[in-house]
Parts: sequence; structure tokens; C-alpha cells
Amino acid sequence: MYKMIAFSAFAALCVAGCNKKKEEGGGSTAAMTKEDKGAAKAPESGPVTINGSGSTFQKPYQEVAIDAFTKANASVKINYGGGGSGKGRQDLADQVVDFAGADSPYKDADLAKNKGGDVLYFPILLGAITISYNVDGVDKLQLSPETIARIFQRDIKKWNDKDIAADNPGAKLPDADIVVAHRSDGSGTTDNFTKYLDQAAKDVWKLKSGATVEWPADTQAGTGNPGVAQIVKSTKGAIGYVDLSDAKASGLKFANVKNQAGKFIEPTTDSSSAAGDGIDVKDNLLFSAINAKGDASYPITYQTWAIVYAKQADHAKGTALKSFIKFLISDGQAQLKPLDFAPLPKGLADKAVAQLDKIQVP
Amino acid sequence: MQLAELRGHKQYADRAFSVLAVAAAGLVLLILGMIALVMTRRAWPAFGAQFFTSTRWSAADQVFGALPFVWGTLYTAVIAIAIAVPISLGVALFITQIAPPWLRKPMVYLIDLLAVVPSVVFGLWGVLVLSQHFGLGRSFLTAGIILSIMITPIITSLSREVIETTPASEKEAALALGATRWEMIRASVLPHSKGGLVGAVMLGLGRAMGETIAAALVIGSALGQITTNPFAPGNSMPAVIANEWGEADEPHKAALIALAVALFVITIAVNLIATTIVQRSMKRSRGA
Repeated sequence: MYKMIAFSAFAALCVAGCNKKKEEGGGSTAAMTKEDKGAAKAPESGPVTINGSGSTFQKPYQEVAIDAFTKANASVKINYGGGGSGKGRQDLADQVVDFAGADSPYKDADLAKNKGGDVLYFPILLGAITISYNVDGVDKLQLSPETIARIFQRDIKKWNDKDIAADNPGAKLPDADIVVAHRSDGSGTTDNFTKYLDQAAKDVWKLKSGATVEWPADTQAGTGNPGVAQIVKSTKGAIGYVDLSDAKASGLKFANVKNQAGKFIEPTTDSSSAAGDGIDVKDNLLFSAINAKGDASYPITYQTWAIVYAKQADHAKGTALKSFIKFLISDGQAQLKPLDFAPLPKGLADKAVAQLDKIQVP
Repeated sequence: MQLAELRGHKQYADRAFSVLAVAAAGLVLLILGMIALVMTRRAWPAFGAQFFTSTRWSAADQVFGALPFVWGTLYTAVIAIAIAVPISLGVALFITQIAPPWLRKPMVYLIDLLAVVPSVVFGLWGVLVLSQHFGLGRSFLTAGIILSIMITPIITSLSREVIETTPASEKEAALALGATRWEMIRASVLPHSKGGLVGAVMLGLGRAMGETIAAALVIGSALGQITTNPFAPGNSMPAVIANEWGEADEPHKAALIALAVALFVITIAVNLIATTIVQRSMKRSRGA
């Protein structure tokens, strides 16, 4: 059983509802007569269904992108089930789906188990993880990575602790207990948040990194980003890590975080995109946007990929998949900001588009 | 001659039926065996001494000790039983001994209705009402309360059936001796149904231990918690599996499957004991 939680159940309902189902029969004529709304056209062919699964982080974008893409290409039907990055990678490895969404790549040891051979990674968006909090009277908060690490591993238990005060000169901090909220389910958000602390506060952070880590017992756990947001919202003195779109949707306050250049940066789509500019990207388009260099970079920025097999087995499917991936990394990017995601910086987007040629369609 | 023909036909049908029945029964055993086999094989790397002794569960360090989750599973189940048993017995006695006949059917129906509510609904209700509105937070107690509601129908309906087998003669004998209704229940109904009631409770216990989603939502997902403080957040075996499976890699996955195998063994043991007790008590009451 995967993250069978209410929130993903609601999300699943939304997919069913949001993807206005096209009847596949008369689809191709509709595709020929439709006006182009900026979506890449798939070459005409019979009805094709493409399935993807994985990262719930990129799911809101997938839903919007799928809706736009299938409106322009009525002969193509695309399903994106969530389930988490781990499930997406496993499903693609077992060839249960045609593409996977994942916030972190395959481990080298697992690559050999992929039934369809070599895979290609297409970065599709960047996003910020906010440090959201709920403290009366504190509307502006600045945190350094070391302070965040101390708070989340429960070295700091009061809001007026000297470390927090040192990050916030002149601020009035109440003598209130800190309640730490984290994810109860294994999560790419936790993975990237703890990776960030492991890098940026490596002398302080003791809990290591991973999709689940050993949180101290006197912390609170919620399911999914909305679950953590909900704890922060309803608990005085709470602090938690929540992705930007859920933090905004819940109306939470969040902290400015000190980046490598020593600047306190507010999490926004722009500061996340800026983080994307300051990273080293490998030839296979793998990278980590965490703790990026650059004055304007928000440091807890993470990334997510669409993963496909380089060798496609089916002509119609491969062609449609290729044009959908192209849409995700080019025209679809305009849809990201309203969802509180950061578009790929230009250099990265160009590299991703260039990599499309490596998808071999028979 | 007609009779012989009929009998021949009947014997043929009999044989076909028994073959089918044996095949069906065998298939169930086969499936159960296959599940146990495949799961145990996948879980094998995780079964070490530390699996049963360590209180740490760390994917980063690849240390997987199941002890706190076994504790959480048993502790929440015990809390659930402590709450559900008095309520279930009370309801069962009310339906069989006290309620006017016209009320019995609707009561039975209402209780059984509780059993068909999906567990995620109970879980969400637990999060929204118990954790937040009543401020219980996410804890062993919250999970225990939710589980108690979920196992009340099964304990009630089994208890009701067991209690109904009390012979009228025994009850009337007690009443004839001048016993009040409560004395009658204590003197004839309860002793008569004791074994069956214990069995009903144990079946409820089995259900409570295996419940996944509701527990995962309200138990708090804290690691390494072996404490009797009911207000502390904890974790149970099925909740850990549900929460961590989606993002798990090897050997984390093997450890989660090992948890499942351990849970499988524990619940099967509890259920076997329960059925044995129920059957023995049924035999005794039929013999009486």
C-alpha cells in the first residue's frame, strides 16, 4: 500500500475530474481542426494513451499541463498518478508506466534493474520548500541553516532562543515553546529538506538525510505537505517544512532563509529560478538545486524530473510521449508561476530541449 | 429403479461438489501459503537479531528494529479493547436481554452499519475531531479510540450471537429463584457465554492490530517510542508500512516487508486462538 491518504485520494479525484476525458474515436479530426493554443502538436496517429506516475510534488503541474496538452492533441490521452517518486521509479523500471515523475534520480545500483534499458532525465521545474511557522506577533523571521537544523533536531525549544535572536536582530521573539512538524509519510520533500541541512549545516545536523529520517519523538507528524501545513496552521508555536504552493494555499507565514552568499532570501518562484542558475548540471541533466550559489538564490530549492526510456518500443506512443515531454519543458513552463512553481532557467531548459533528440522512436 | 437412478445421479453430484469444495478450500490455503512464502523470501535480508531487539528504525543507517512498532500495535489494540469491550458487551446484552423486540432489529442494523464505514473515514474523523477539536493530538490514545469504534461492531455482533445461545431454561431458572435481571445475567448468561465472549474480544483484537489507514493518520508516526504514556505519539506496524513504502529503497523495503510478515504471524496467531476458543465454547454450550 502506498501513501494511501486522504489527500492523495482527493488529488486523484481531481485528476479524474480535471482531465476532461476525450472520447478517443473522433479525436483525430478534432486535433486537425483545432486551433493551436501554443501546445506542441503530436503527429497524427491513432488514439494513444500515455501513463505516468510518481512525484506528488510535480503533480499539480502535470495536471495543468496534461489538460492543456490533450486539449491541443485530442488523440492523446495522458494519465498521471501520484504515489511518490519511489513508486514512479519502480513503475518505470517495471515498465508499468511510460514515464515517471521523480524528485531524485535512480540509484546507480538500481539502474541495471530497469527493464527498458537506459533512461533519460528531463528536469521540468524547480520549487521552494518553505520554513513555515505560526508565532503571534512575529511577521518577519530570518533563519540561518544552522538555526533551522537546531530547531528541527530539538536542540532549540523556545522561540526566544539566542540563536534565533541572533538571526533576527531587533525582533521581538516570544517566550513560547517550539512545536516541530514534519512528514509522517516517506517523502521527496523530506529527502530534499534533510539533504539541504546535511549540506548547509553539516557541522550541526545529526539526523542525516532520506525520505524518512529519525525525528525526535517530541515532534508532530502530518501526512503530505497539506498535513504538515495543517499542523502549523492549527498549532501555536509550530514550525514545519512545507512546499511553497501548499504554504501559500494554507495562508502560512514563512521565514527568509540565509543562502550561501549570506543573504536572507524569501522563498518565491523567482528566487527558486535564481537557484537554478547557480547550479552545476551534469551531462545527463542530473543536478541538485539545493544550497545553490548566487546572491538571489533561495537555498532550499529542489527539482523534479520526468524520466523516460531512451529507446521507445512503440512508434505512436513514443512520438506522443516525446511531444508531451517537449511541452512540459517548453510551452508548458508558462503555467508554472500561477502554481507557485519556478520555471527552469533558460540555460537548463535549452539543455533539456536538446536532449529530446536522444529519445529514439522506432 | 427410479430411486437407484436418482441415487446414482446424486452420488455423481455429491462427488463433484466435494471435489469443488476441497479445491476451493485448498486454493485458500495455497494463496495463504504463497503469500507467506513470497513475503518471507523478500523480507529475509531484514530478519536479523536486531529486527526483534533494536528500538532504532533508521533508513539512513540501515538499522531496522521493529520492537517499538510491535509495542505500538499491541498497545493501541489493548487501549481499543479496553474501550470497546464494555461498550460492546453492554450493547449486546441490551439487544438480547433488555430491548423491546421492535427495537432489536434496528439496533443490530445500526451497529452492523458501523462495520461498513471505510477506515479512512474514521481516520479523517479522528484527525479532524479527536486530534484537533478535542486537542488529543496524534497519539496512542487517539489511535486506540478510533480503533475501538472500528472493532465495536464485530465484538457486539459476535457477543450477541453467543449470548443468544443461552438456553431459556437456565435464564428462567434464575428468574424463578427470585433473581433480578442483572443477577440473572450474571448467574446464567455470562457464565454460559464466557468462552464465546473471549473469542469475540480476540477477533476484535486481531482486527485492531491489522488496521492500517486509520492508525496511520492518527497515531503520530513517532519512531522508537516504547512508553505507556497514552498521550505520546507512537507508531504501529501497519502504519509504518503504509507511510514509508512509497519512497522506500532496498533494504528499507525488505524491512517493511519483514514488518508485514511479523504482523501476519501475530494476527494469524491471535485469530487462531480466538477461533479455537469460540469453537470450544460453542461445543460446550451445544452439549449442555
